[in-house]
Order: sequence, then structure tokens, then C-alpha cells
Amino acid sequence: MSVQSPISSVNDFVVRFANVNGSGSASANELFARSILRHGVPVSPRNIFPSNIQGLPTWYEVRVTEAGHLGARGGVDLMVAMNPQTWDKDVASIEPGGYLFYDSTKPMPTSKFRADITVIGVPLTAITNSTYTDPRQRQLFKNIIYLGALCALLDLDPKLVEQLIGEQYKGKEKLLSSNVHALHLGRDWALQNLKCPIGLQVKKSDKVGDRIFMEGNSAAALGAVYGGATVCAWYPITPSSSVAEAFTSHCKKLRHDPETGKAKYAIVQGEDELASIGIVIGASWNGARAFTATSGPGISLMTEFIGLSYFAEIPAVIMNIQRAGPSTGMPTRTQQCDIIACAYASHGDTKHVLLFPEDPAEAFEFAAQSFDLAERLQTVIFLMLDLDIGMNHRLCRPLKWDDARQYDRGKVMTAEMLDEPGRDFGRYLDVDGDGIPYRTYPGTHPTKGSFFTRGTSRDRYARYSEEGAIYADNMQRLVRKFETAQDMVPRPLQANAAKPTKYGVIYFGSTAPAMDEAIGLLEARGHQLDRLRIRAFPFHSSVASFIADHDFVYVVEQNRDGQLRQLIVNENGIDPVRLVPILHYDGTPITARFIANAIGDHQDHLKVTPLRKAVS
Amino acid sequence: MTYIAKPKFHHPGLPKNELGYTHRDYEGKISTLCAGCGHDSITASIIEACYELSIEPHRVAKISGIGCSSKTPDYFLGNSHGFNSVHGRMPSVLTGANLANRDLIYLGVSGDGDSASIGFGQFAHSIRRAVNMTYIVENNGVYGLTKGQFSATADRGSKSKKGVTNTDNAIDLVAIALQLGASFVARSFSGDKSQLVPLIAAAIRHKGASFIDVISPCIAFNNHAGSTKSFDYVREHNDAVNRLDVLTGRDPITVDYAPGTVQVVEQHDGTKLALRKIDADYDANDRLAAMTFLQKHAAKGQVVTGLLYVDPDSEDLHTHLDTVERPLNTLEAEDLCPGTSALEKINASLR
Repeated sequence: MSVQSPISSVNDFVVRFANVNGSGSASANELFARSILRHGVPVSPRNIFPSNIQGLPTWYEVRVTEAGHLGARGGVDLMVAMNPQTWDKDVASIEPGGYLFYDSTKPMPTSKFRADITVIGVPLTAITNSTYTDPRQRQLFKNIIYLGALCALLDLDPKLVEQLIGEQYKGKEKLLSSNVHALHLGRDWALQNLKCPIGLQVKKSDKVGDRIFMEGNSAAALGAVYGGATVCAWYPITPSSSVAEAFTSHCKKLRHDPETGKAKYAIVQGEDELASIGIVIGASWNGARAFTATSGPGISLMTEFIGLSYFAEIPAVIMNIQRAGPSTGMPTRTQQCDIIACAYASHGDTKHVLLFPEDPAEAFEFAAQSFDLAERLQTVIFLMLDLDIGMNHRLCRPLKWDDARQYDRGKVMTAEMLDEPGRDFGRYLDVDGDGIPYRTYPGTHPTKGSFFTRGTSRDRYARYSEEGAIYADNMQRLVRKFETAQDMVPRPLQANAAKPTKYGVIYFGSTAPAMDEAIGLLEARGHQLDRLRIRAFPFHSSVASFIADHDFVYVVEQNRDGQLRQLIVNENGIDPVRLVPILHYDGTPITARFIANAIGDHQDHLKVTPLRKAVS
Repeated sequence: MTYIAKPKFHHPGLPKNELGYTHRDYEGKISTLCAGCGHDSITASIIEACYELSIEPHRVAKISGIGCSSKTPDYFLGNSHGFNSVHGRMPSVLTGANLANRDLIYLGVSGDGDSASIGFGQFAHSIRRAVNMTYIVENNGVYGLTKGQFSATADRGSKSKKGVTNTDNAIDLVAIALQLGASFVARSFSGDKSQLVPLIAAAIRHKGASFIDVISPCIAFNNHAGSTKSFDYVREHNDAVNRLDVLTGRDPITVDYAPGTVQVVEQHDGTKLALRKIDADYDANDRLAAMTFLQKHAAKGQVVTGLLYVDPDSEDLHTHLDTVERPLNTLEAEDLCPGTSALEKINASLR
């Protein structure tokens, strides 16, 4: 193996922790990421974990990125190998010149290392066992001890780490002091026995600014609080459970009546996904803002009710935190694979509104907006996150709210409106020509405005009917309503290349940070691309315009079948040849390297040197 | 579906309740169920109970699933909002509606197919959550709209219209409701209006999960096997271009019997049902005794009717969730939104 210089980099490297699920490493690893943030250096961490409670391998990756790239990079510069089960795979994944950190209490044969990496051994078990007698303490503090050693190796300021531990254990002095002690055990050992720091170092910077560090699921849940959701019904499923759990937590802090202490919300853990969406529909029918959070298999179970919501025109908000499918798929891996399932959920002809936030800040905004949209359009709104946004902390701009903002409750007829002379109430009358009818809440008026809600066909006055013309009239109005939605949902955002180009790229959701970085990599290869980030379905007219303005357009997405591309082709009548799929679907977050390589190779292929020139 | 419009004429001499409403104000569209269907008798009892309670009709939300029984909310309280949800999923929709506005009265109407099969889970969970509702199952033991398949409440050994013998055990929804903690549990017979009306009225007034199982004979699928007017006979002897289903109407079955006695009721197909009305001195506050009483008489082949159990100190889901008294659907941004000051604190905590 060739001699390789150790990687030398300040504030730009990837550390990966390989642990055993259930070993208590998660909090120590997150503490490591936050510590770097406290140095003013952006980080982009990701959990890579199994569908298992205990015992299986788990990884936590921290990308330290002075440039602020928030997508996954790929590759590992420093591997903290704490899991013997995955040793070989972990060692193999280290970049040439990278570093391997391991527990050297038990000597490893040289054959288990690589010659082109720097091996750093710390006798973690020996240090831990000489200090602690309790088995659980030994396990937990070993994590803090390796964190302490990393502080020395990467030149982290221990005071900033202590400060974070202090915040974490505020009011719990015993835990605080014991954690700080463990931190220094590891740091002191490294300083005394190893060459510190190594080539990878963290230096204080000012690149974080006022950004916040938040998980998308928590942000979406907070958006539901700000958006006025009062009813949440849910059923646990990875990776969406933390949405409802965060909503519960936010509500407990923010939503109690100051005088009585009573809750201004109702949260029900349903017996299944069917009950959860049923509760949402019942609550929304009765005028409350309601939502559920689920993932792909939950969407499958909810589709009957989703069809009812569409056809009976009842608002509902579904937060779909996507994971790899089909079926149980890979429950703890990320994908953007429910686009078609959600866009056309349920039997018969249906179309549903989808929102695609790119980060926690947008998850917050879109979640709040989804309740306005649901009530305005009287239909189901899908907030489409995925595990990569939902369950990972990500740096984003601070959350913002306009205190003057009122909730848009849509076309709701009050008792006074029903009593207006000449007023004709028909539940499904298209009074304004936008396809959106007026509704009334139950209990509004003693004699006017009541109607029967049903999933069967009915006329404009909500009277059951199987007349073909009446059915078709209703279905056409629903199409009209969907067209109206085009101008109500978030519009796509376009960014043009530095130089005029014939090529474009479309992407959405959690792909955004990797795409932003990939553009730079592509420019370095000499490729210019205009880009369009789609933020909602139905597609705004600018999507078709963007495609028309370019010779062809890449569509980057995290699924096997190019579902967004299919939807664009289907809904806009675009020639599929003009949309080139760039697909990533192994369950890991898409990386800038992958995008740049896939598009770059395709672009290079277009620039084949003419034969005559080549042979001359 | 209703093709015949009900006349709007009100006789000026109709008696009025405390609110000045007549019976007509509690009616809905004309029923399209088969003449003699027990469900229509239940509809009449609901109308009577609401009239007697002087309920404002529009303050009732009537929610059902899919099936013959679930059609009936269209036939009472015409000025109320109704909701035909999806098969068996009435309880979740009702739960959500109740969470949104605790001030309305919630009538859940379901069938045995709805509640004992596809919706068995939702039935159970709405009961255990103590949703404040009156949950009525119109129980006839068969699937009417799909023409006569067994439901899960059909007795083992009973025969379908097509002569198939049911080999599965029956689910007793009353026993299940008692076990799940329903705070009001009753059973009645569709034709026993003198028993059913006060039961419905009491259930509506009860705070918490009220469950009433109402045995309701089906005219279409328990008529005489040998009849030349029977469904099967007409189908077999019909040579017309279109195949039509012909049903002959029957008089609804009515009964009136004293507490503590057993009344044998002959159904449309000639089978007999032994109804036991509970004694006047029956202790309806003892859940365990109710379960024992139910099982003891079931072993004798008797169907116990009456108010089997009521918890005078009952609570409901809103109590358990400790929600504000004001209906959640009336809360607006000023009530719900924590505002920018709270958001700035959250932002600060995330750095």
C-alpha cells in the first residue's frame, strides 16, 4: 500500500462514530456536534441507525463544514470505531490518509488496520474500569471519555464542552460534575499519551451566525402549534413518531389556559393509522384544525379516509415523514418515495396537495401554512418530509412568525350569513367560480345550513345522487379547485447559473443542501446549470416554463422510479425524454458528490469530441 | 337513497315540547329501508327521545359508518349535520368531532357489520376512551346491503338465507362494552319502544361512553324460506331482462312486556328470540354483576334487555385530556398562537 500523508484540514472534515445501538452513545455524540457549533463552526450531523432497540450497529456522522454545506458529503476522515461487529466495514470506509480512533485496551492484530491511515488507540475500557465499578456507569461514561479524548485530538476548547454539559444537566449537579470528570479523564489521557492535536482540527469561527440547530420533525410540530392545530391523532411509526411527541411537548409548554391550566389542545394516540386519520377528519369536519403524522405504511392504511377527505371535501393535514419502502422497506432509512402514493392517494380519480420543505425552518413555515391551505381548500394537505430532515439536527435560519397573522379558516358560512336575504346555501355550490364551496360547522343554525356529509356522489346541495352528469359536474369542480390551489401553494424557487446555459435541474425537499453544494462541484467541472426547487404540488406554471426554457432538465430525487419526474410528465404533458432522472435510493441521504458525479458524467458524455478532431 | 320528498306541512295542532318543537322537527327524510325494518323503529325511538328531551335538533351531530343502519341518520333530525363516514370507522370520526366541539350531542349509529367486524377495533377504542356519545348498534346479525352474509353477531349454528350454517361464535357487543369500561350499557329490542325511548334519552343525558345494542330484525334476510314472495323465490322465478330484487314488506315487530319477564319474539323468518327484561330492582351500578347476569341468561338462550350498567360518576375523554371548557373549534390565533416572543426564546434555546 502506498504511503499516504495524513489528512490535514481545519474545520472541514467528517467524523463518524460507529456504536452499538443502546449503548448510550447518542447523547455523547450529539454533544460532540454541538460542541463544534459552539466554536462557531457549522456542522451537519446524521443518525444512521437500525430498526432495532438494542444490539445492532448504529452510526452518527458529523460533517464539520466551515463552508456551511449541510448535505451529506460521503466518506469518513475520522472513524471512532466503537463497534467490533462492524470493524472491517468501518475501517474500510475511512478516506486514504484518514484516522482511526479505537479502544486499545485489547490489542488488535496489525492485519485489522490499514497502512494508509493513522491509528489512534485509547484504552477506553481500561480507563473506565479503573474509575467506575457500576456496569451502567462504565458503559455511559466510556462515551464521555472518548469525547474527552477527541477534544484533545481535535483541539476543541474544553470550556465550551463543559458549558454544554452544564446546560444539559442544569440543576443536576451530581450528573454535571461526574460528566465533566469523565470528559477530563479522556482529555488528560490523550494529552499525556498522544500527539495532540492531529491533522483534523477545529478552530473558532463565526460561520454559524444566528442560525438554529433543530430537527425537522420538531420544527413541523412547532409549526402545527403556531398554525393553530388543536387536535392531533397519531399512531407510532418511525420516522414520524417524534412529530407527535414534539407536538405534545410544545403544547405542554405553550398551550395551557393561564387561568385554569387546562389544555387548549387534544392529543390522542390512536389504535392505528385508520383511527388517527378518522379522528383528524372528524375534528376538521367540526371546525377544528387537526393533523396526523405518519410514514409510508401509515399512508397506505389511511388511503380510504384520504379519498373521503378529498371527495367529501374535509380539511386534513397529514405530515408524512418518508422512509424507504415499499412495504416495511427500510424503516430507519431515508427516501423520497411516497410522492405518487400521496399525490394520487385512494381509489378513483384523486389529486392531493403536497408541500416539500427543504429544512426545519421551512418545515415550520409549511406546517403552519398547511392548516390554512387545508381549510381554504377543504381538502387533505400532505407535508412531505423525510427521515433525513425529520430526525436529524440541521442548521437553519431562525424561525419567524408575524404576530399580525390570523388563521384563514376558508369559506365557512356563519348563522348570520345563512340568514342574509337571498342567501342560497348548497354545500357543493361553486359560488365564486374557484371550485371551492362554502361549508358550515355542525350546530351553526337551527334550520339552515345543515347537510349530510358522505363519500357517495351527491348534487350541489349535498343530496345523494348517482346521476352521471351530476357526478361529472362535481368531479370537474374538484379539478377546478385543484387548479385554484396552484397559486395558493408555495411557488418554486429558481436560481440561475453564473453563465447562460441550456441545462436545468429540478429537485426538492431534503435534496436541497446537497444540490446547493453539487452546483459548485459541477461548476468546477465546467458545467453550468440553472436550478429550480419545487416546493409544492400542484405545480406552478413556472415549472413547465422552466422545462420549456432548457434543452433538457435533470430531475434529482431519492427514489428508484423517478416519482417526481413521473408526476411532472403526467401533470404537465412533458415529453419524458426532456427530463433526465438522477436517482439515489439506497436509503442514505443523497450527497453532493453523488449528484455532481451523476450529472457531471452525463454532461461530459454530451461533450464527446468529434472523431475528426480526435484523430487529427 | 330517498326519492320521495317529505311534505313540509305541519299540522298546527301537533303537540310541542318545552322548546316549542313538534315531532316533525325531529324527523328527517323518508326512510328507504324495507318496510318493516327494525331500524325504522329505532329511528322512531330516537326521534321520540330527542323530542322528549327537548333537544335543539341542530345541536346534535349524527355520525355513522356504511350499511343499512348507517343510512338511518338521514331519517331523523333533518336539521342536524350528518356524516356517513367509511365502513366501520364511525367511532374515530365521532371521536374527532367530539374533540373539536364538546358542546354538541353526538349520536353514533352503527350496525353489527360495522361495529363487530371491520369496526370492532374502533368500537372498542372509542368505548375505552370514554368519548361522550350515544353509540347505538342496530343489530340484525346480517349484512343487508350486500345481501345476507353473516355478521359477527350472528349466532353459531344459525342459517343464512342461502342455507349456509354459521360456524363462528357470536360477538356480544354488550359484554365487550362492559368489559371495556363503558359507563352506560344497555340492550333493547327495536320493537320495544316503551323500553328503548327512555334508554336512548338516558344515554344522551349520560356523560361518557353510552352504548346501546338494539336487536333489530331484518325483513329482507330473515323472511320465510318457503315463501313464494321470498327474495330467493322471486330471484329464481324472475325471467325478466333485468334481474330485480323484490322484497315484500312486513309489519314491524313490536313487543311490550313487564320488567323481570321473558318475552319470546318470533322474527320474520319464524325463528324465536327470548328477550328477558331486567327486574325493576336490578342494581345497574354493579359492573361485575351485570356481566354475570348477562352471561347467566345467555347460557339459557335469553337475550337480556334493559339498562345493564350505569356509572353515576362517569367521566369523558375531555375530562381525561383536561381540555378547556370552550370548544376547541372556536379558538383562534389569539388563543392558540404563542407569538414571536415565545418563538425567539425557542430560537435562543436551539443555538
